[in-house]
Amino acid sequence: MPEGTFCNKQPINTEEDLKSLLGDKGGAQYYEEMKHLDVDVPALAATLEKTCKARIRTWLEICAHCGMCADSCFLYRVSERDPKQVPAYKIQSTLGVIVKNKGNVSNEFMRHCVDVAWSQCTCCNRCGMYCPHGIDMGVMFSYLRGLLFSQGFVPWEMKIGSGMHRVYNAQMDVTEEDWVDTCEWMADEYGEEWPGLEIPVDKEDADIMYTLNAREPKHYPEDLAEAAILFHIAGENWTVPSTGWEQTSLAMFAGDWAACKKQVETVYSAIERLRPKRVVGTECGHAHRATVIEGPYWAGREDGLPPAPYIHYVEWLAEALRTGKIKIDPSKKIKEPVTLQDSCNYIRNHGLSNITREIMSYIAEDFREMAPNREHNYCCGGGGGFNGIGKYRHQRNEALKTKRDQILDTGCKLVVAPCHNCWDAIRDLEEEFEIGIRWTFLKPLILKMAIIPDHLKLQEDEDE
Amino acid sequence: MIGFLTGPMLMISLAIFFGGLAYRAVMYVRGLSWQLDRVAYKPHFTHGLKGALHSIRRWMIPGGTYGWRTQPFMAAAFFLFHIGAVLVPLFLLGHQVLLKQLLGFSLPTLPSLAADVLTVVAIIGGVMLALRRIALTEVRILTTPYDWFILAVSVAPFVTGFIARMHWGNYDFWIIAHILTGELLLIIAPFTKLSHIVLFFMSRGQLGMDYSIKRGGMKRNYAFPW
Ligand code: SF4
Ligand code: SF4
Ligand code: SF4
Repeated sequence: MPEGTFCNKQPINTEEDLKSLLGDKGGAQYYEEMKHLDVDVPALAATLEKTCKARIRTWLEICAHCGMCADSCFLYRVSERDPKQVPAYKIQSTLGVIVKNKGNVSNEFMRHCVDVAWSQCTCCNRCGMYCPHGIDMGVMFSYLRGLLFSQGFVPWEMKIGSGMHRVYNAQMDVTEEDWVDTCEWMADEYGEEWPGLEIPVDKEDADIMYTLNAREPKHYPEDLAEAAILFHIAGENWTVPSTGWEQTSLAMFAGDWAACKKQVETVYSAIERLRPKRVVGTECGHAHRATVIEGPYWAGREDGLPPAPYIHYVEWLAEALRTGKIKIDPSKKIKEPVTLQDSCNYIRNHGLSNITREIMSYIAEDFREMAPNREHNYCCGGGGGFNGIGKYRHQRNEALKTKRDQILDTGCKLVVAPCHNCWDAIRDLEEEFEIGIRWTFLKPLILKMAIIPDHLKLQEDEDE
Repeated sequence: MIGFLTGPMLMISLAIFFGGLAYRAVMYVRGLSWQLDRVAYKPHFTHGLKGALHSIRRWMIPGGTYGWRTQPFMAAAFFLFHIGAVLVPLFLLGHQVLLKQLLGFSLPTLPSLAADVLTVVAIIGGVMLALRRIALTEVRILTTPYDWFILAVSVAPFVTGFIARMHWGNYDFWIIAHILTGELLLIIAPFTKLSHIVLFFMSRGQLGMDYSIKRGGMKRNYAFPW
């Protein structure tokens, strides 16, 4: 059977298809069908011809097979140094074989590649820093995922994820109405406590346009409220777009480059429509990577930059604290030992490690580094879509051990994790290993410590 | 025989070596694509170049990177082998005499004691690299016959040259073996993994560029901590 009902080469483009795919619980039928999915060899060969150029071909060719990348990969370390987890081995035995055979590989081999691409690499890009030749397996795995996706070989959840972006322009079924309603609801709900609190939608020429992760309006709308309150305290002139507010890209994890382009273009056109001076993204690593670091290339922007300066939440926050737009009550600083998760996606991949440390210096009295840290930090274990794929739950849970041990070594019970994926992974690691830690985004933390300017306080407070 | 090998044959080998490697370098750059590689090479070229040079430089210093520091045995093997492999062929007195005959110019030469030491050091480095391949599971799984072939071809000219230089056994045999293995290395370099002689600089520099153009180079106020 060449193409199944659920597992086939067609990406999801309609709500109906999305719902029926979601109906296949756990992807049971989907994975069954994948066993029979044909590999379209000529198409694969043609794609390689067109897209596999100097950089990747050279990497595959000159890899010295020296194994220096082995220890750099946290997945190799947690798998008791299984040689099959050596980064160079993982890529040579998958992408390497596909390229060598010019796409002439079997169904079974493609399914093997799926397992490796989604359960043995989080595209954290750490190995590239330890390879003398500068060979970056994270980049190559992302390329491999694209090849696999184009052939319909992709984990069930990833197919759904990219379908969500194609259908709703968001990683979850949050429609424009849902989103705008959530903004109004949050402004109302918190407006009682914060007179004058607004979540302005589609305001033109504001100083800041705020974008976020669809999980926030869907599952924790208070995150949006907290962002609004902090902008309110800081006195920012800000807005959110009615469309183009979703900054994440599960399509990036899936390797669905067409959906990536479509998704990021909605954000860019919101920027062009509302002309904000700059854009601030939420506390999410992969969202930042998708929209700010990789996005410009998907959208074909030659300078590699988004249409307006686009910063991560930690950059805005550091600036607000530095310039005194938000002041911290010294008596409320974190007294207990606290550590910080360096998200690969904006630390290693976007150079923001000093900024996050600057924030810690304003809010924590006993900040302790994980080892290693900054650009050399390990992936939490939940990156690259790993958090969300049921089939690989066991491998994902194993992968959390690195972060568990890093945290335990700091002796801290509190972890600041300004990234959704990292936050989720750390939550799961506590559930799995019960080491007695707490974890937090920055927003709720800052909100508890910030000095509220008098004019923003509730009237009755002043009467008392 | 020696006349032919050190005359026309050497010329051909050198031409293939330099011509071939230059071609590989040019093709590498021509095969880059800002859209596929997702790096805006051109608009931020100067910035990128800085990152490239920084990355190359750090990897050429023993202990210059986390990678080298965390793997001292590999670092030692690598540098011992490569220092000899670069300096000896270029600056050996005997080679310079040939060069003068062939092309009418020569480079400075190494004192013979230094050349001997460097040769031995290169051989030791080569042996260390081989030992690693055998001893470490993570390297063993990657190692193919092709890797052994490349290592053998790279070490052979040193071993044969050294034996000849020491006048152990039959000098004529070893000197011819030395010339043949040396020329073999020159000829196959552009077509094999040995192309890393130039492609290392391309690939290494390119990741340095990537990190400084796209992945935070403009945000970090220090160079990437390789
Ligand atoms: S990118 Fe990260 S997870 Fe993937 S092979 Fe490299 S170090 Fe391992
Ligand atoms: S460190 Fe680089 S050259 Fe060595 S095996 Fe790994 S990818 Fe290949
Ligand atoms: S989940 Fe966090 S730690 Fe893991 S790859 Fe993503 S950003 Fe890095």
